[in-house]
Amino acid sequence: MTLLDVRGLTVRTDDGRILVDDLSFTVAGGERLGLIGESGSGKSLTTLAVLGLLPDGMTSSGSVELAGTQMVGAAERSLTGVRGRDAAVVFQEPLTALDPLMRLGRQIAEPLARRTGLTGKHLRGAVHQALEQVRLPEPDRIARAFAHEVSGGQRQRVALAMALACEPKLLIADEPTTALDVSVQAEMLELIDGLVREREMAVLFVSHDLAVVSRVTDRVLVMKDGRAVEQGVVHDIVRAPRETYTRALVASARKLESALDLRSAP
Amino acid sequence: MTPVLELKDAAVRYRGTAADVVADVSLAVEAGESLALVGESGAGKTTLLRLLLGLARPTAGAVRFDGAGLNPRDREQMRRFRRSVQCVFQDPYSSLDPSRRVGAIVAEPLRSLGLDSRSTAAPKVAAALERVGLQADAVDRYPHEFSGGQRQRIAIARATVCDPRVLLADEPVSALDVTTRVKVVDLLAELKQERGLTLVMVSHDLSVVASLCERTAVLERGRIVEQGATSQVLGEPGHPYTRRLIESVPRLPV
Repeated sequence: MTLLDVRGLTVRTDDGRILVDDLSFTVAGGERLGLIGESGSGKSLTTLAVLGLLPDGMTSSGSVELAGTQMVGAAERSLTGVRGRDAAVVFQEPLTALDPLMRLGRQIAEPLARRTGLTGKHLRGAVHQALEQVRLPEPDRIARAFAHEVSGGQRQRVALAMALACEPKLLIADEPTTALDVSVQAEMLELIDGLVREREMAVLFVSHDLAVVSRVTDRVLVMKDGRAVEQGVVHDIVRAPRETYTRALVASARKLESALDLRSAP
Repeated sequence: MTPVLELKDAAVRYRGTAADVVADVSLAVEAGESLALVGESGAGKTTLLRLLLGLARPTAGAVRFDGAGLNPRDREQMRRFRRSVQCVFQDPYSSLDPSRRVGAIVAEPLRSLGLDSRSTAAPKVAAALERVGLQADAVDRYPHEFSGGQRQRIAIARATVCDPRVLLADEPVSALDVTTRVKVVDLLAELKQERGLTLVMVSHDLSVVASLCERTAVLERGRIVEQGATSQVLGEPGHPYTRRLIESVPRLPV
């Protein structure tokens, strides 16, 4: 069953520049797709277009069907129900994604209450559970804290808990570990992998880092200058890239990685 | 041989705080032996770099330049120091003045150190830009006309125009895309090789460290937990924190 069906998606600025050019891909229920590319490749705009969240001055055309709802050109009112329920998103920078003036517990409680109708003690219990799920220590302390009072890794776990609280069919993760330290990144990737598996959730994972993408997704779509360059199984693309650009990308990543191997040799 | 730069039992405590942000740090930067400072956010990497740049003073211990204590009030010493030790920062978007042309930006160290006038600086600026792989016409353009990787090249040109012995670099390639990152790493390796430049690099990216630095010091919560030859530290890490850092690096599937 196709959960997300993107066909001929094109994103234009008002002055006519094309930022995403005739992009097509699908994500089935429970499937994981990685969008990989460098700055300016249009990967983040693609996720925003999928959610109908393009900034002012940009318009999309083509077709984006998310769980049966056409997102391109739809009225804002009809999209609010889709966001959260069908797809939820975790952004790169948790400090800007979270409300600085609202306690973290309340930010998780909002989507939870909307989905489950829980109130009072039961809602607090559910928030506690949501925070435990993303393996945050002292969930009650975190629930009372503000975003600036916890570490970057903890903030990103809260953002993940918020996204999961909606029990979406599709989790969109846009560079969710780029702002994190490497050991925190490793924990976060493992956490996303595990939680998504338990829930049989589909994932659209955006990153500039092939190694990171390969930890979470099975399939990958390589983008450059708004276009799809190559698409396929992660392992195949890493082992035998077909397109020139993908080859350069893999070679660069391998070159940096090999420096680490030389040093590790006895 | 006297190290170019040295920290001896250095500690820094910011005013109004109870604990040292870095403590008991001793390390030496020898000519020709590039040094990496490795660790995660809050480990004190940038604080150490500020000490080595003379931008912060240790609350205990000493910073030495060519064997003598670094004294910001000693103008003659500071001039020699600024000429010998230059720096490159992480974000090429905020480290270049957007209102000045690239020629003026790159000439800045020559002018402020009083080494050159506008006319005598020009050929040195041109040579520095050429070394980092930029066209000669870059001098008349503004930073916004360049990509992130090119801007970092401009920053490197500015830092190397006065032929320093040591280049302090704070995460110099972290903000760059992977294909660009490889090219800037190659450029830094070339400058090391051809100009005898010694790098002191703060980085959380172990593969970049392994590509460029002969020595590595690992920082955890303000203290050095391990230091030595990079092949030793990253190849056979002795400290559990170092091992955890290395194991966390995401790798491509084989």
